Amino acid sequence: MAEETLLTDDFLRQLINVGEVDILVGLPTHNNAKTIEPVLRAIQAGILKCFPRERVVIINADGGSQDGTPDLVTGASIDDVWRASKVYTLRTLHAISTQYARTPEPGTALRTILAAADLLRAQTCVVVSPDSATIEPDWLQRLARPVYNDHFDMVSPVYRRQKFEGVLTRNLLYPMTRAIYGSRVREPYASEFAISGRLATDFLTNDVWNDEWGRTGAEICLTIAAIIGKYRVCQSFLGTKAQDRSASDLVAAMRRTVGALFSSLDRTFPLWSTIAASETVPTLGTQSDLALEPVKLDRERLREMFSTGVAQLEPVFRSILSPSTLSELQTIAALDINDFHYPADLWARTVFEFAASYHKSVISRDHIVQALVPLFRGRALAFLLENQDDHDENMETTVESLCGEFERLKPYLLEVWADRK
Amino acid sequence: MREIIITELTNALQELARGFAHYLPRAVVMLIIAFIGWVIAYLLKVIVRGILRVTKFSKLSESAGATALLNQAALPSSTELLSRFVFWVAWVGFILLGVSVLGIVGLEEYTSRFFLFLPRLFVALVILFLGSLAASFFSRAALLAAVNANFRSSRLLSASVRIIISIFALSMMFEVLGVAEQTMLMAFGTVFGAVMLGMAIAFGLGGKDLAREFLERRLATGKKEEKEDELSPL
Repeated sequence: MAEETLLTDDFLRQLINVGEVDILVGLPTHNNAKTIEPVLRAIQAGILKCFPRERVVIINADGGSQDGTPDLVTGASIDDVWRASKVYTLRTLHAISTQYARTPEPGTALRTILAAADLLRAQTCVVVSPDSATIEPDWLQRLARPVYNDHFDMVSPVYRRQKFEGVLTRNLLYPMTRAIYGSRVREPYASEFAISGRLATDFLTNDVWNDEWGRTGAEICLTIAAIIGKYRVCQSFLGTKAQDRSASDLVAAMRRTVGALFSSLDRTFPLWSTIAASETVPTLGTQSDLALEPVKLDRERLREMFSTGVAQLEPVFRSILSPSTLSELQTIAALDINDFHYPADLWARTVFEFAASYHKSVISRDHIVQALVPLFRGRALAFLLENQDDHDENMETTVESLCGEFERLKPYLLEVWADRK
Repeated sequence: MREIIITELTNALQELARGFAHYLPRAVVMLIIAFIGWVIAYLLKVIVRGILRVTKFSKLSESAGATALLNQAALPSSTELLSRFVFWVAWVGFILLGVSVLGIVGLEEYTSRFFLFLPRLFVALVILFLGSLAASFFSRAALLAAVNANFRSSRLLSASVRIIISIFALSMMFEVLGVAEQTMLMAFGTVFGAVMLGMAIAFGLGGKDLAREFLERRLATGKKEEKEDELSPL
């Protein structure tokens, strides 16, 4: 079994010492010493509060941290949490750390966690991001409970975000996943989620691990596998999500998410080509209030990067986009910031033409994903301008309208997909 | 006198007839070899074309930028061009083999030279193709990286990468072919040195303000400002 060679002997020994568990909490890390402690405290408090009788283990899959992150995980004492909450767990809470590689590989981290869940026969596997600055103990319950008690196979999060956070999710990942796979999962690429032991075991045998893009963006592949595999999927309101903005690398994020999404289309064509409409996903809990300061963005810089990108990458776009789409983009690129707009239908056509070019490998697939970055900046700017004075409800209407365009133009994707030119 | 002329003429005609009788079977053999060579060359062309189509060579050629170049020069597709090349090399090889059967003094040397040159020609063409592939790939990679990093002279950087790799591939190709080795070596050294010096001067003079701004931003108060400008995609 491939998973046995993936796990080191020492890690296997520690897992055998733990024995079977009910809930496994996975923490993929790489140099997260600054943020890991509050996350660990929230997880421990969540276990004490919501699962005191269950057998729980925390598994840290580390990608070669140099700042002592694994020591912080294994050395975290639950005593402080006990004192604060006045609740005691009836079981020993184990925390194990393993280094799966010297450099971080998100896919391998997830695979290590899933392999551990499979070996320990965990009924529920919860994955938590090590840099969730706003995590609360209740998150664990909101993620794990639907799987553990209500037999859902996947719980995807719904966050309360600052208006202009998660722009890629709102403008591409959610609308495209919804149009392609027919399921309205708001966070197809989630950094916090829960899955059943059954889905974890099944996903380990998925051929996604043989694909470079699948390994890079295993999280989105897991969501897609749950949707197309007809597993029971639901969403849960978690709360406010804030990210370390200095760590955001747009090109890397596009590779992990858009690259993996485009790559999945090749494998699943017979399934998605027959889906005509999208369905809602059960959503549990209630939405919380937003308590974050608005984000400041340099809009002129975004416009300039979009315009420069369209002009400089014209030879690349000529092999990816249709002449009409490219011509429309060139018109938009010449607009002043006050008149700037990137219509939803044009954005949907752009993304679909990129997906079809990716399928046909007209140029290097990695280059196709990179070429989408400046165009996404343009769409992000248009999204910011469209919603600058609006409330969240109006922004939801904008997102809904964009999703509608993606769904309406799905036949166009099938057309350009089949086009042999 | 008259008898001598008749004797000489008769001897010459007899010599011609003997020569003709000597070369006729060889010429027939040559024609047969050329015909068999044509059939084999044609079969090779069909096989190569089939293999190239199955392996989607045209896509590779398109991504290398070779298709665009061929279209501009009104030449057939890369698949067709390569299969025709194989046909002509094979057929010319058989024709030369046939000619060698004639036993013409001096021609055999050229025939053997041609056959010795063929592997070098093939290697040179492979170098040229891989060079254009590498030039196209790395220049595009440089262009995308520069655009996404908001570098102002992205096209210039991309063109520089393409030129350097192309010059390198061409000089390697000429060295393999054995054409003006010394001249090519000197030309490559001169051009490469000139490009590097030009780039160093251009970056040094043109980018000094940019470098100062960059360093000021990095080392002084700029980090906050940079954070504000970043999109939070996920």
